[in-house]
Amino acid sequence: MKKLSLLLASAFVFLTLTTTAQENDKGILDKVIPDMQLKDIEGKTIQTGQLENDGKPMIISFWATWCTPCKKELNAIHDLYIDWQDETGVRLIAVSVDDQRTASRVVPYVDSRSWEYQILLDPNGDLKRAMGVNNVPHTFLVDGNGNIVYSHNNYAPGDEYELYDEILKLTEE
Amino acid sequence: MKTSKILTGALLLFAGVNALAQGSISGNMETNFQYLLSDDKINAIQPDEKALLNSYINVNYRLAGFKAGVRLEGYLPRTLGYPDRFDGAGLGYRYVGYENDLVDITVGNFYEQFGSGLIFRSYEDRALGLDNMMNGISLNLRPYKGVTLKTVYGRQRFAFVEGKNQYGAGIVRGADLEVNFNEWFPKLSDHNVRITGGGSLVSRFQEDNNSEFVLPENTGAYGGRLALAYKKFFINGEYIIKEQDPSQDNGYIYNYGKGMIVNAGYSQKGLGIVLSAKSIDNMSFRSDRDAVLQDLTMGFIPPLTKTHTYNLVATLYPYASQPNGEVAFQADIIYNIKRGTKLGGKYGTDISLNFSTAYEPLKKTSGINPLDSSRVTYESSLFDKSDLLYWRDINVSVKRKVHKQWTIEASYYNISMNNDVLKLTDEKGIIESHIGVLDVEYKINRKHTVRAEVQGLWTVDNKDRGAWATGLIEYTISPDWFFSAIFQSNYGNPVKEDRINYPMLFVGKIWGATRVQVGYGRQKEGLFCVGGICRFVPASNGLSLTFTHSF
Repeated sequence: MKKLSLLLASAFVFLTLTTTAQENDKGILDKVIPDMQLKDIEGKTIQTGQLENDGKPMIISFWATWCTPCKKELNAIHDLYIDWQDETGVRLIAVSVDDQRTASRVVPYVDSRSWEYQILLDPNGDLKRAMGVNNVPHTFLVDGNGNIVYSHNNYAPGDEYELYDEILKLTEE
Repeated sequence: MKTSKILTGALLLFAGVNALAQGSISGNMETNFQYLLSDDKINAIQPDEKALLNSYINVNYRLAGFKAGVRLEGYLPRTLGYPDRFDGAGLGYRYVGYENDLVDITVGNFYEQFGSGLIFRSYEDRALGLDNMMNGISLNLRPYKGVTLKTVYGRQRFAFVEGKNQYGAGIVRGADLEVNFNEWFPKLSDHNVRITGGGSLVSRFQEDNNSEFVLPENTGAYGGRLALAYKKFFINGEYIIKEQDPSQDNGYIYNYGKGMIVNAGYSQKGLGIVLSAKSIDNMSFRSDRDAVLQDLTMGFIPPLTKTHTYNLVATLYPYASQPNGEVAFQADIIYNIKRGTKLGGKYGTDISLNFSTAYEPLKKTSGINPLDSSRVTYESSLFDKSDLLYWRDINVSVKRKVHKQWTIEASYYNISMNNDVLKLTDEKGIIESHIGVLDVEYKINRKHTVRAEVQGLWTVDNKDRGAWATGLIEYTISPDWFFSAIFQSNYGNPVKEDRINYPMLFVGKIWGATRVQVGYGRQKEGLFCVGGICRFVPASNGLSLTFTHSF
């Protein structure tokens, strides 16, 4: 019982905190990309807090080579990516959560599919944890000011259109 | 008392956060609930509590370079098949830290990995109940461009009892240095060459707790790695040596351990090739030499097999790495036949080929008396394998969009698994199986899609549990609903009474970063594997509910 009340109390504190936060101008739940260092596929260190796209929207998509829906999503976007870029200037960053078992498959897969996305490697799930990702695929949309304005967990065919509607909302503002 | 302490902590965090409202909070929650029924046919027993619950909430706070976070977790009681070292509710993870361009320091709980993780990987795989997080201090330095130095010091989490973490007996200390030579010599990049090198050293201290042998209290492990790439070719490798580490896993022998992993590949538009080789000998490395199962592992030995996703392929005869020794190879080829060609069809065709195999390493015992005082029981060399097969998997998959609305994928797998080594069931010897899967997707319109799978598995000579079939139908409405029905049958079991059917239904609803899934039905007992590590899950019948949310 004591444990349960502890959990309930914590949940209460958390909820209070959430509502308080929303009353502020820029709530603390206005999420930005946490700043940490990840490697890209060329071994270069990338500071995630400095990822930007000249004031245009950015997509951060968590995926893995063993995750069928993730690959479906990124391939579906790939088919539309040229148009999306022309119309909105959006840029996609695909963060692979492959661990050592499958990490060597990332580059060959990306190359063979001719993805033009920037690929970051998160083999021990550091960025995944910091961004609160439960499981892949999980896709975030970041606005021109670096705020995360939309996120979607899961992929079903057609979800890319919903994502694009959200991108259009940002660029038409 | 502890409760009030945690509450005070939470309130302090709350107050602090309000004072510094320009920081940011992120996190997630996950709840897994099961309501179980008894089912004599599959020997599923209803627990006394009837209902089981695992629940987690992570909260991370960041402001400028400062970071802090907690995870509350609850097992009330733990869900079916979860390791029995988890019960109660409480604080399972907490840290504070600071990070800037030069330093990254974390005090409390943290996760880290050196190189490919062979001698140090502290990570969480919640689905498996694996969480060997560190409790201590981690200091990373970037003293010079292209150079990263990581250091760790602490104990690993062993259990979570009555809502409180229990840590392992051994102290883990380690350092890892990585250098990206391209940042030193920019000319390399001009010639399309990329070079990264690194080395790590890990040491474990544990008191000699054995009356029979004189055990080394400090055990070291060290190694180096190199990654080279030229244009579209790459090769990388890591070699590791582990000093004398008599343990429960190796039968308290005093052999040194060694391990090597090499990957090489080539890729271009439409083609990707990866070849891998691995040699492992006596490489189980834990922060408690007496630990077993998945407890307190310091090293992670990746299995060189493809991660299969279709149910029958993934769950019936999976492979798990053999830390005591294995020599393994893998070849993986993905090829895309161009769209608009005769073979490729209007939309192109994807072909993927994969071959993986693992053997017992050759352990030479001539001239060695295993009973002498040295307790070095054999000699071995890298990639020297015996004829004893552990595993072989040959598989091919062809995927083609045949029409605007139709996509078809057909796959075939031939898997041979040595059950004397992997011991998945009571069957003896090698179990060889043929598996076929047909996966058809039909897009009704932009938002509605139907997908169906038909899977069949046949064992050679009807060994073990014989033939299985699975049918699955899935209906998704983008972006927020999915429905699926699975029917699995062990129709070819040599034992007639065991020809059991397993029907399951799932419904899911997604609101952006929130997801609820409800399942009902019968689930077969079996191995649940992620990343080559497996957990045995007993058969069950009942209702399951999963809730996840990110914020």
